[in-house]
Amino acid sequence: MQDLDACVMDVLARHGRDPTRLLQILIELQDVLGHLSPPCLTRVAEGLSLPRSRVEGVAGFYSFLHAEPVGRYRIHFSDNITDRMLGAPALMETLCRKLWIEPGKVSEDGLVSVTTTSCTGMCDQGPALLVNGRAITRLDHHRVNEIAELVRQSVPLDAWPAAFFMIDDNIRRRDALLGASFEPGSALKAAISQGRADWLEQMRLSNLRGRGGAGFTTAVKWQSCRDAQGKDKVVVCNADEGEPGTFKDRVLLTRFAEQVFEGMTLAAWATGASLGLLYLRGEYRYLTTPLRAVLDKRRQAGLLGKDILGETGFNFDIDIHLGAGAYVCGEETALLESLEGKRGTPRIRPPFPVTVGYLGRPTVVNNVETLAKTTLIALEGGAAFAATGTPQSTGTKLLSVSGDCAFPGIYEYPFGVAIERVLEDCGASDAQMVQVGGASGVTIAGYEFHRRVAFEDVPSAGAFMVFDSSRDAFEIAHNFVDFFAHESCGFCTPCRIGTSLLKGYMDKLAQGFGAKMDLADIEWINRLLRNASHCGLGTTAPNPVVDTLIKFRPAYERRLKSLDFEPAFDLDAALDTARRMTGRDDAGAHLNGEASAREAQR
Amino acid sequence: MNGRFMLDGQPVMFEEGQTILQAAKAAGHYIPSLCWHPDFPPHGSCKLCIVKVGGRHVSSCALQAKDGMEIESNTPEINGERRALLQMLFVEGNHFCPSCEKSGNCELQAQAYELEMTSARFNYFFPVRPVDASHPDILLDFNRCIFCELCVRASRDIDGKSIFALTNRGIHKHLVVNAESGRLGDTDFSALDRAASICPVGVILPKRVGFAVPIGERIYDEKPISLVSMEKER
Repeated sequence: MQDLDACVMDVLARHGRDPTRLLQILIELQDVLGHLSPPCLTRVAEGLSLPRSRVEGVAGFYSFLHAEPVGRYRIHFSDNITDRMLGAPALMETLCRKLWIEPGKVSEDGLVSVTTTSCTGMCDQGPALLVNGRAITRLDHHRVNEIAELVRQSVPLDAWPAAFFMIDDNIRRRDALLGASFEPGSALKAAISQGRADWLEQMRLSNLRGRGGAGFTTAVKWQSCRDAQGKDKVVVCNADEGEPGTFKDRVLLTRFAEQVFEGMTLAAWATGASLGLLYLRGEYRYLTTPLRAVLDKRRQAGLLGKDILGETGFNFDIDIHLGAGAYVCGEETALLESLEGKRGTPRIRPPFPVTVGYLGRPTVVNNVETLAKTTLIALEGGAAFAATGTPQSTGTKLLSVSGDCAFPGIYEYPFGVAIERVLEDCGASDAQMVQVGGASGVTIAGYEFHRRVAFEDVPSAGAFMVFDSSRDAFEIAHNFVDFFAHESCGFCTPCRIGTSLLKGYMDKLAQGFGAKMDLADIEWINRLLRNASHCGLGTTAPNPVVDTLIKFRPAYERRLKSLDFEPAFDLDAALDTARRMTGRDDAGAHLNGEASAREAQR
Repeated sequence: MNGRFMLDGQPVMFEEGQTILQAAKAAGHYIPSLCWHPDFPPHGSCKLCIVKVGGRHVSSCALQAKDGMEIESNTPEINGERRALLQMLFVEGNHFCPSCEKSGNCELQAQAYELEMTSARFNYFFPVRPVDASHPDILLDFNRCIFCELCVRASRDIDGKSIFALTNRGIHKHLVVNAESGRLGDTDFSALDRAASICPVGVILPKRVGFAVPIGERIYDEKPISLVSMEKER
């Protein structure tokens, strides 16, 4: 117990016993202790003067926090459809067999556990996994065998081959953002010389819209925050890139972190914010150290801190918060809750974060890509920025291309690019469908490949998953339904129960027990999710099913039995326990056996 | 600013700051709800109070009324969706009304009658949720929890004890109590707490009085919830 006490006290002290740091505290404690035991949570609660129940509630919310003991090696296979198509399930089976364990269970010696997790953002170099939070990509049987051997010999992760942890950028097409050379501080200098008001005017002229998916006009958000009552305004960068199939923010944070942080500072200049927070998804934790180094460099260069670039009173600094495996935290109000050290449950809106945000302070929440783009506007002016793309969708968009194509990776195009153009560039010669915008996005069938990526046609948060003619639209939708059921925060009735019900129906269809009536129920649940859910997770969760039901209906119908009703269970199989208990397996012990046939004739 | 909106074609006056649900009820129009309670700020989780404003679904408990709003509430479409939400709640937990001591006083059951729910429609989840009888005066039967968080809010905001909280997420979300053992008996919970009498369903039950009032003579056995709720808040 002395160990536990000392450990907790140490971590709490490092975080100044600040309850808003609760999630960060739990992440660090788990690093040291392996898992968050009941006594550990009690001590954290005492140390922070929080009710224990609240601490337990937070610890239980996030996928990467464990209340039960886990293996010393915790292996999570990325379970996105693109990883699956590249053979992840077979590789996971191999690894489990080599290590003599069942998926989802800890080995008896406490050495290792192997399970799945939602998309880890490595779709261009999958199949991928996380081992103790660190990403390993490009898995094949050879690499999986090596991993099994390293685990069995208890080799510490730092001694594993460095090549395992190499992550490629795979930038395939550069345009305005990725193609420009950038001098840190140059955009900020330009904006400061314009003055706060004129800088915001340039933002307005640019008509930049949010790149996280919702497409809200950034200048309007900034202006509302600037005009909001309240001191100590906040700029939050949403780097909780959880949408399956999206990995552009990962590349931006790896190679273009200066632009991202400068964009946050530009937002602070426009709004008068003094605090910046980067919310980094747990899967990208390996980026923390390099990102902190960039922040230090910027502080030394006078681009962060007090009187930035000599401008008296322009004070702004940035801290990094880690997520811990919760897709819903990409929703801006859930993200704010998580930043405050709470369960990532979306708030009631209005009020919107621009007036009541982080700790009640006016807060701007912008996507990584949005913020990086503001540096271009500062340097070239709003009008020049608005000259590319389409009138309603100005500038360029980064697409994360993955799936059945020769050249997966990052492609930057002016908005308005046709889907067929992207398919041609990425070497997808046999595409049957494309999932644009991730699991919550739009399913595009072959006859729509002329459509364009733009807010007014096919909006996208950045994912672009290609599926060739060998793929089954039902299986793709099934994977996405599983994802949403796993990621629903459970706050509202329709999403908490509806996503799980939907999963049940899709499972039933997959097992060949589907009936026409199930399709009607699926459509009914889709409608409830869309109409009654509390946040965007629930309202968009049915999208892949709605779209594939319309565009690829045969994929569903060939799974149906022709009956109107079919029970979800097999009546005869349900008697199996009774048969084993009585040691009988004769025809009379089966519902469809001779005995029951005679019974029917009588 | 005070104003007027149209609810199902009838004018409703409201005062500044009132939500749609508050204004509607004050004017004598019932809107079904479960997680909403007049003593607490809106929670917006059960979604039973959804209405359509200008063709868009919103939670009427959380959205402030605005002048000129056109609102649909008591329509076959919205009531159909409310019924489906109730069906979801029924299949999610283990609700055996005939053997439940809250029967007749239960708001979930009463809403099901109100909205004419005659079957559960969906497959039951049959979750395993052990009861907690460790407290001398109160029994916790988690099988019936609908996650309205009224006990969480009452214990935190009124009793100042935070006896209850939710943990895990999605379909695995569940109620926990403020003790390392996980047992209510190891907390400072009292049967006199506000949280002890706020559960709209049969999770938090006082011991030894389960059938003091016989089934058949209970609140919603006498009157539908739409009437009871309007009388209580008048």
